[in-house]
Amino acid sequence: MPWVVMAVALPFAGMLLALPLGRHAHRLAWAVLPSGLAVSVLLVVQVWRGGETVAYAIGGFAPPLGIALRADGLSALLVLTTALVVCATGLFALAEFRPPSAEREARASVLFWPLLFALWGALNAAFLGGDLFNLYVALELLTLAAVPLVSLEGKPETFAAALRYLLFALLGSVLYLVGVALLYGAYGTLDIALLAGAARSEPAAWAAGALMTAGLLAKTALFPLHLWLPPAHAGAPAAASAVLSGLVVKASFYLLVRLWFDALPAVAHPEAATLLAALGTAAILFGSVLALRQERLKLAVAYSTMAQLGYLFLMFPLTGGPTEAQPWSAGAWNGGILHAISHAFAKSAMFLAAGLILEAVGHDRIAGLGGIGRALPMTVFAFGLAGLSLMGLPPSGGFIAKWLLVTTALASGQWWWAVPMLAGGLLAAGYVFRVLNPALAGADEPVALRRPVPRRRQAIPLVLALLSVLLGLLPLGPYRLLWVGRPTAAEEGLG
Amino acid sequence: MNGAWLLLDLVLVPMILAAALCAVGARAQFTGIVFYIVYGLLLALAWVRLGAENVALAEAAIGAGLTGVLLLGALARLPAAAPAEPGADGSPGTALRLAAAILCAALALGLGAAVLALPEPAPGLADVAAAHLPATGLGNPVTAVLLVWRGYDTLLEVVVLLLALLGVWSLTPDPLWGGVPGPRHRTRPEGVLVFLGRVLPPAGLLVGAHVFWAGADRPGGAFQAGTILAAVWLLAIMAGLTDAPAVRGLALRLVLVGGPAVFLGVGLAGLATAGAFLGYPPDFVKPLVVLVEAALTLSIAVTLGLLVAGAPERPPR
Amino acid sequence: MTDAATLYGLCGAALVGIGLYGLIVQAPLLRKILAFNLIGSGVFLLLGAIAERAAPGRGDPVPHALIITGIVVALSATALAVALLLRLAGATGRSTLSPEPPPPAPGERNGG
Repeated sequence: MPWVVMAVALPFAGMLLALPLGRHAHRLAWAVLPSGLAVSVLLVVQVWRGGETVAYAIGGFAPPLGIALRADGLSALLVLTTALVVCATGLFALAEFRPPSAEREARASVLFWPLLFALWGALNAAFLGGDLFNLYVALELLTLAAVPLVSLEGKPETFAAALRYLLFALLGSVLYLVGVALLYGAYGTLDIALLAGAARSEPAAWAAGALMTAGLLAKTALFPLHLWLPPAHAGAPAAASAVLSGLVVKASFYLLVRLWFDALPAVAHPEAATLLAALGTAAILFGSVLALRQERLKLAVAYSTMAQLGYLFLMFPLTGGPTEAQPWSAGAWNGGILHAISHAFAKSAMFLAAGLILEAVGHDRIAGLGGIGRALPMTVFAFGLAGLSLMGLPPSGGFIAKWLLVTTALASGQWWWAVPMLAGGLLAAGYVFRVLNPALAGADEPVALRRPVPRRRQAIPLVLALLSVLLGLLPLGPYRLLWVGRPTAAEEGLG
Repeated sequence: MNGAWLLLDLVLVPMILAAALCAVGARAQFTGIVFYIVYGLLLALAWVRLGAENVALAEAAIGAGLTGVLLLGALARLPAAAPAEPGADGSPGTALRLAAAILCAALALGLGAAVLALPEPAPGLADVAAAHLPATGLGNPVTAVLLVWRGYDTLLEVVVLLLALLGVWSLTPDPLWGGVPGPRHRTRPEGVLVFLGRVLPPAGLLVGAHVFWAGADRPGGAFQAGTILAAVWLLAIMAGLTDAPAVRGLALRLVLVGGPAVFLGVGLAGLATAGAFLGYPPDFVKPLVVLVEAALTLSIAVTLGLLVAGAPERPPR
Repeated sequence: MTDAATLYGLCGAALVGIGLYGLIVQAPLLRKILAFNLIGSGVFLLLGAIAERAAPGRGDPVPHALIITGIVVALSATALAVALLLRLAGATGRSTLSPEPPPPAPGERNGG
């Protein structure tokens, strides 16, 4: 069975079934979520066992005329991460997005499920696509699934947030498309692997690379193109925030990695990598400081996403750095990818925890959450564990990721990149403890819960947070999966 | 001959640019949208000039037609904006405008330079496509790209279209969920719209069916045909001859997902019959493509029509 | 023939610039949506010019198919943006993304 195909086809089949099912759509989750997870696990096993990139020519037509799907270690790992996060948020959402009564269907509960399944399919299409134009369509799918989720609850302030998000995302994809057109004009192919062999450092490729990068940055909300992210991610329903912040912004970052490390390494310029890292640094610092200053929990978590995305961009100048101090080669590349994955688990855990708090207390003003730890111990513990990963404290996935990035920076003499990374960790500790301290302190009057939260719902963010921590405790095994089909530029560096 | 073409180009290109500038710069939004529609029609001419009749049809029907209707409809329903001083409504001041103008001019110039620097002879897939076309039994290479070689793109694209409709519906106010999109249009027996609404649908159906059927071998195809059918349907709705369907109807939902579902089903069947997802067994390429296109045309027509109609505004009947 | 391709390619580049200017500078959201469509069609024209360069006279069918896909995707996005705008205006009376809602003019209804 071609698991690459099923990973894309299955969620879309779920989406197409969900709409006619109407008020029964939520029942479909019990079929789509487990089978989608199973397909992702099987894909990982296939890539791991085979030890090489799985390539699949759709319709039997090989590129350049046809489109190929490709799964290397990186894609397989991201497909699995996506499946885990989507399954957890899906289970979480079952309590929220179900019909109010047996006869009537309600807007949000009918539409949430097809939107979630479409989002899943779009993410897998982006992680497995080998064709630059097809990836454009996948990005648009992702946008059109993500934007309605932001305003699904129908709160007036979310319409403006969703519209701003949509405009940024559309500008991003149209800039990306200009680059795709230029690359086709210059090399006559859209296939990433074929482009890698053909692309040379020349004006059309420079223009294409610059425009595609700018477009993808707008979609990844890298500073200073981050304005859309906090209101959109904070305003969405918790289950949607978890996938938007944990996964959706990673897809455009992933395409940026594919673009530079796989398709255009010959075109890359060290100065451009430095510029990306400088913007990443600014994102870390600004985002963290803004997260510290928020009065509302969900906004603080959203600004933290802006900051954590910044780390990802440090991998561009740091790849190719000496890795003697580390057990693995390509330390900075591994570090960047690992950070993307551990942040996906940690951030989705945080948003789900914040959602439970909001649901139980009726507000999410940080100042009014004193003593919440006694009322919702499991939820606050999950928030804290996820915070551990964001701070980069051992033992957590975030620790390994940041350790790989920082040691590469120091070993290659680029110590100045290490400074903002360490400062970002301290600031993250600041915004996490700003929530945890009063939450765990014995307040004079502990907050009253409007309604109890079942333990099995509280368990979901806890499992996600534990996954983000476990990433740091895993033996070397999973990282070897990342080596499958790893581009040479990941070891030798860009430019 | 070449000279005459060049003359046309030298007239058409400045007109396109002027229409674009007017669409952006017009003082009244209505004027801007009208210029945008004119721009779309000029662009369709440019596509004919570039030998891309398939694209010309799509551009005229979707780019100028449906997009224009969408924008005009939105303008009519927005509360009339109070005439504001520049800057009062959040529009940037002169310095920012200047900076934006410089940035955009630099981008256009850079892009232009990149176009001029494209290699000679130009690479492309025209010959590869021509060599593979006979094996499909189709005469229109663009249809072969859309439904056979890059069918995966098209599958995702029809999902995009459906997803956009779900997004539009997600903006329904909760009490109206399941209801009917748009206002109820009343019939005025003597109205010109009613006349058009009575005369055009049969003609439109014929043209739509022709464009769909011709698409296998000549310019046309599911998207162009679906757009024509959607336009005819919208016209009938606006003339008050029929009403938009309530969005809770099961039949409607089945029609909407039918096209993508048939495409996905044929694609998955390809795993067994042709050994590849979205592959077709050699002797059945054309019949299967026609089947997929037929299912797609209906779904596309209904989806496009409802996209333009917008979110439900009236409670379910 | 190549000259025509170059001419339309440059026209596409100019359209991208014009559209981007409108998108950045204009506050009314409907104008931003229109400007986005201008950028999109500029990119399509660029692709069309590339198709013409690759196969003068008949055109490369692959970019033509990409353009048709792109036109449909752009319409989908436009429809969603318009619906969001109408809902935003209905809920708040605003049709821009300005940080502060404009002060209601005398006699104008307050956004509800």
